[in-house]
Amino acid sequence: MAEIILKIREKIGIMVEAEAIKPESFAGKSKEEIEALLVWQGPEKLPLSSFFDVEASSPSASPEETRIILQGDLSRVKRIGEGMKAGSIEIDGPAGMHLGAEMAGGSILVKGNAGSWSGREMKGGLLHIKGDCGDHVGSAYRGSWRGMTGGQIIVEGNARSQLGGGLAGGQITVGGDVENFCGIRQSGGLILVRGSAVRGVGAEMNGGTIAVCKDILQPSPGFVETGREEDPTVGEVKLEGRFVKLSGDYALSKNAKGTIYCREV
Amino acid sequence: MAALTGTAIIRNGSVFDPLNEINGDKKDIFIREGKVVSALGSAEQKDALIIDARGKTVMPGGVDSHSHVAGTKVNAGRLMRPEDHYKSVRAKTSITHSGSGYTVPSVYKQGYDYAAMGYTTVFEAAMPPLEARHTHEEMRATPILDMGAYMVLGNNWFIMRYLKEGDIEKAAAYTSWMLRTHKGYGIKCVNPAGVENWGWAKNVSGLDQPNIHFEVTPRELIRGLAEVNEMLGLPMSLHLHANNLGHPGNWETARDSLMITSGMEPRNKSQLEWGETRESARRRQTVYLAHAQFSAYGGTSWRDFCSGAADLAKYINQVDDVVIDSGSVPFGPATTMTGDGPAQHDLYMITGQKWSNTDVELECGSGVLPLVYMKSSPVHSVQWAIGLEVMLLIDDPWKTIMTTDHPNGGIFTQYPQLLTWLMSKKARDDTAKECHKWAYDKSTLGGVDRELSLYEMAIVTRANPARTIGMAYRKGHLGAGADGDVTIFDIDPANLNPNDSAALTAKLARPEYTIKDGRIVACQGEIVSVPEGRRFYCQPYMDEDLEKDMLKDVKDWFKYYTVGFANYPVPDKYLKNPVAIPVNQPLEAVMRR
Repeated sequence: MAEIILKIREKIGIMVEAEAIKPESFAGKSKEEIEALLVWQGPEKLPLSSFFDVEASSPSASPEETRIILQGDLSRVKRIGEGMKAGSIEIDGPAGMHLGAEMAGGSILVKGNAGSWSGREMKGGLLHIKGDCGDHVGSAYRGSWRGMTGGQIIVEGNARSQLGGGLAGGQITVGGDVENFCGIRQSGGLILVRGSAVRGVGAEMNGGTIAVCKDILQPSPGFVETGREEDPTVGEVKLEGRFVKLSGDYALSKNAKGTIYCREV
Repeated sequence: MAALTGTAIIRNGSVFDPLNEINGDKKDIFIREGKVVSALGSAEQKDALIIDARGKTVMPGGVDSHSHVAGTKVNAGRLMRPEDHYKSVRAKTSITHSGSGYTVPSVYKQGYDYAAMGYTTVFEAAMPPLEARHTHEEMRATPILDMGAYMVLGNNWFIMRYLKEGDIEKAAAYTSWMLRTHKGYGIKCVNPAGVENWGWAKNVSGLDQPNIHFEVTPRELIRGLAEVNEMLGLPMSLHLHANNLGHPGNWETARDSLMITSGMEPRNKSQLEWGETRESARRRQTVYLAHAQFSAYGGTSWRDFCSGAADLAKYINQVDDVVIDSGSVPFGPATTMTGDGPAQHDLYMITGQKWSNTDVELECGSGVLPLVYMKSSPVHSVQWAIGLEVMLLIDDPWKTIMTTDHPNGGIFTQYPQLLTWLMSKKARDDTAKECHKWAYDKSTLGGVDRELSLYEMAIVTRANPARTIGMAYRKGHLGAGADGDVTIFDIDPANLNPNDSAALTAKLARPEYTIKDGRIVACQGEIVSVPEGRRFYCQPYMDEDLEKDMLKDVKDWFKYYTVGFANYPVPDKYLKNPVAIPVNQPLEAVMRR
């Protein structure tokens, strides 16, 4: 396992688009070659070395053998790990938008918060965020109705709106609360929220499962109660307590097959 | 120097020019100041751009006679599909704009992509009169291509009223005024009588079903508009999008619709200078059926859905007054867009996809809906087969034009793939293996051995689209007087192996050169110059008294429009390089009376 450490030199002004930061781009490259990888900042393409101090010993044999450690405030660095298929990335601070977007394998661990669109249209792998997250985590991008299709996202803190929008597969777990329209247009997969949700949970949902372990402040109107369960199991997770089981969203279609579990009040 | 004058010599290529019956002969093509000539003087030769096309295939520039590339519904397709754009982008160069969009590219990307593929002329298939300004604005912004737009008239209140009253002359006066007012090229008729019913959430199901309020039938509208078309003597015949489009079992409706104009005489009364051709460059048809694939369905429902192409082709093989374009389905993402509002609603009910619907006041309607054609889908697999059957089962290539009804059945950039299937049975068989078994089980395609030659390919992508729409006076051939639009493919006809479909597709997609008006515009897919295209429209003459009479009716009903009469016409400034085609000049109009 080859370790490559990127340390942010100073606070970044205009956001940097750094899809070059992923094991596939770093594998087999020397320190100098990694420093020369180009990233966009506004209209300019600049080498990684203009933002980061790079520490690397010997080139890694393959993406699987590559471990990238990012240090400092990366909240203004976007697209880290976009499309990665193997290896691992560890971020010691906060990360910017589109973290792990379209990733298909490998793992990303963020010790701070992550921005919006984290895990957007993700296909596989593990995205673990210790802090809070922005909007659209694991969701489809603008115009598309197909979000995350596989893999796992863990958010230990809170997430904001439209978490898992268009979710078609995989699992998203949120330790804290979510805001609005969690699981909008979901067609498969599982969303597990340990805290509460505000409103619009499962709107236009056609398949898959959402479980909210605390309150849903304003439940979506297109759902019908189908039963109550004690300690239900969703996916491979056993929940504790009594839950209301709902089916919908009948606002979308008569044959909607979405399921919501909500803690009995 | 040569690049500026548009004078060029293309030496030693294997030329395929069907309107001049040239089938792969080694021949030099001479172009002087943008026009094909039979020879160049020695002084001119010195300054000419010289291209050695030895071992290469030389054809007239591609002509697309049915494509949705400009106007409100095209733009609606762009607006409602951001996901179609961010993964298909084109960076700007020193001479080209940036652009984006896969199924519905931005106007710039559209122009570059067509030119890079060897096409120089593209006609917009449906321009609602009220949206003519928008259509012309987009055409004005489209680089390189020569263009024109067909005007949608099949559900127009004035046309329906006049035809119900049996007043063909006033209908003709209205049509001629509308073509001049909106700078339209020809008459398009979309689901006649049906789109008007869509205003009441209904459609029409048969050719003899009168619609609501106007009480006019599809048959009366098709017959009437075809009569108007030939009375005015427009370059193109009536262009028909048949009723019941997209419904199982609709091939009979299509056949019966094509019979309506049977016996009429095609009369192109445009006053133009015609380039030299050995074969007649004038249209023979009185009806041009759009996207036949969508109108060649058998069965009674989606459960027993099958191809009706063989039956439709059987009729077309017996007559000489019909041309079709294929509207083939090459699989993959598409954005369906049509003036047939109810047909789009049916598709929405099946797919649940995002859907846009528009009512164009007194004139027509439209709908837009994204769709992915999948090999795993039984219905889509049959649609793929039908789109090839209509090209292969109609024996005479002069009755067929290859299209995808872009972006409805597929994207114009998929033409090379489509040609490969038409030119190789092996390519078809290979794809059929990847499809749902319905592809061959529910069609006759598996038993079709025909493979198009390069000569036939030049007919269905160049000569015939140009002839069918009346543009063969300057497009679709390389006779003296034609526009110097040439495509040079890196294909040696002597060593052509259509069964190597990947290589053939690549070569068809990236011609060695695309030449427009004697200047190179694209070289191996790279845009190297960006001339402004021309905009063609018709200026039919009509008796002035009759027109005054007709305009009284128009002004009377203009209260139903949300626009003022003064704001209705398209001002000249909306057209760059306009070419007005004079039609039906006074002498003939007088003689008719």
